[in-house]
Amino acid sequence: MIDIAWDSFTPWSALLGGVLIGLAAASFILLNGRIAGISGILGGLLVPRSGDIGWRAAFMIGLIGAPAAWIMMAELPPIQIEAGFPAIVIAGLMVGIGTRYGSGCTSGHGVCGLSRLSPRSLVATLCFMGTGFVTVYLIRHAFGG
Amino acid sequence: MKYSLAAFGSGLIFGLGLLVSGMANPEKVLGFLDIAGLWDPSLAFVMGGAILVGIFAFAIARKRTLSFLGFHMKLPASDRVDTRLVVGSLMFGAGWGIAGFCPGPGLVALGAGEIKAAAFVASMIAGMAIFEMVESSRPSTR
Repeated sequence: MIDIAWDSFTPWSALLGGVLIGLAAASFILLNGRIAGISGILGGLLVPRSGDIGWRAAFMIGLIGAPAAWIMMAELPPIQIEAGFPAIVIAGLMVGIGTRYGSGCTSGHGVCGLSRLSPRSLVATLCFMGTGFVTVYLIRHAFGG
Repeated sequence: MKYSLAAFGSGLIFGLGLLVSGMANPEKVLGFLDIAGLWDPSLAFVMGGAILVGIFAFAIARKRTLSFLGFHMKLPASDRVDTRLVVGSLMFGAGWGIAGFCPGPGLVALGAGEIKAAAFVASMIAGMAIFEMVESSRPSTR
């Protein structure tokens, strides 16, 4: 029933990249004692408290700087963004509000929360995966496509 | 200083992981979310790889009160499933499905110089600011 996109399926690089993401989350909890939740780290910068800005900014510089580090070694992989600007803005607003209300995103709930076997994060992950699937279905198959 | 340096390292490795895995590319993420079309299971392998490592790290973390650098362990205390968690996550998922961006990949694509990623990140930060404004006007909910 499900057609696999064998041409675009990249199990090994996905697994390797996943392991790197896991190592990043591991180093953050084991060295800094914190959950590597990107929406939370970024959101905390909007209500700055003293002693709380430096490390958040440092994490963000590392994350945003990753492509700069990458191009010293290899060519950047493709980044294809099909959505138009109005859709991008709506998506951004929803992701911003939603991740803060839900206390996390794919990293905090998905990677870290599931690794902690947290029921709360499992519920969150099922919720955002669920509406993610539904939204893509509606856009690509029910209305568009 | 040590704390920020370690945070920088984690952010950098996280970003490189997103690039290696292909998840910085929204088209690939949407390929996973599109089960009715040609389905690309890669994202599940990314999650699997990350959780494989994470499960050991958090098992170690749970037994400690201090991190290996001597900082307090800040593991989430709440395990409550409430309306905020569910509604927020449902909303996040819908936004994720619209453009194929969640926060991490959006920021990495911004670093790669993508204009649309910059628009996404700006809107996301605006959304987070809206949340903070609403929250601060209802101090009793926190």
